[in-house]
Amino acid sequence: MWKYEKKLQYPVKVSTCNPTLAKYLMEQYGGADGELAAALRYLNQRYTIPEKVIGLLTDIGTEEFAHLEMIATMIYKLTKDATPQQLRDAGLSEHYASHDSALYYENAAGVPFTAAYIQAKGDPIADLYEDIAAEEKARATYQWLIDLSDDPDLNDSLRFLREREVVHSQRFREAVEILKEERDRKKIF
Amino acid sequence: MAKTMPIEYYQQLEEIQTADFVLVELVLYLDTHPTDAQAIEQYNQYAQYSKQLKRTFESQFGPLELGSINQIPDYWQWNRSPWPWEV
Repeated sequence: MWKYEKKLQYPVKVSTCNPTLAKYLMEQYGGADGELAAALRYLNQRYTIPEKVIGLLTDIGTEEFAHLEMIATMIYKLTKDATPQQLRDAGLSEHYASHDSALYYENAAGVPFTAAYIQAKGDPIADLYEDIAAEEKARATYQWLIDLSDDPDLNDSLRFLREREVVHSQRFREAVEILKEERDRKKIF
Repeated sequence: MAKTMPIEYYQQLEEIQTADFVLVELVLYLDTHPTDAQAIEQYNQYAQYSKQLKRTFESQFGPLELGSINQIPDYWQWNRSPWPWEV
């Protein structure tokens, strides 16, 4: 089961209402390399991965939900005071027509989230390499978002999230080594 | 809906976020280094410290998680603002 904590993992502040930035951030909300895809990918892989890696997938998958909440908070804060005209200027009129100012699991181009973004191969090395690639793609996306953003408060939170991708990638690389070591040991005996 | 809370709310919350971040980092590290006794000791230390900070915060601002004591006998504080995205 899961337990909700009534706090963000890291503070999220935004300087001004900025629906254009919110639109870009949707890439990390419902996009292919976003936080929802990450959380669902890792938590789903747990059931068929060797025992030594289950804890890591559980804990990183859980942290991704905390990141999803941070992204949601950013989008919420950047759009909550926006007028329909401001949303239209930001290219969000199609979003507004269907969702008003509600959040929706879609990418920056408005494409809805799909489970086709994630894989579950059942092969531990294949799954972990996908996880490493996912973290590196998410890190790159955060870099592009920071480059696009001119909001210093928002960038502080985005930098935190970018660093987390680096740490997760590192831990997944260690998991690969642990599994390789275990496999080689089995061959010897 | 954006709520302005007293300064202690933000200060105490940030201390909790800092302590819990140490815990998250140690948890992931220990998941791949399960025999590092020094890291386990640090984890236990920070787990206790985080609990202390949360008890102080919750006595003023209500429960951070289900399972914490609701300290006002006649009002259910959990359902009360602010939620994390509102501050």
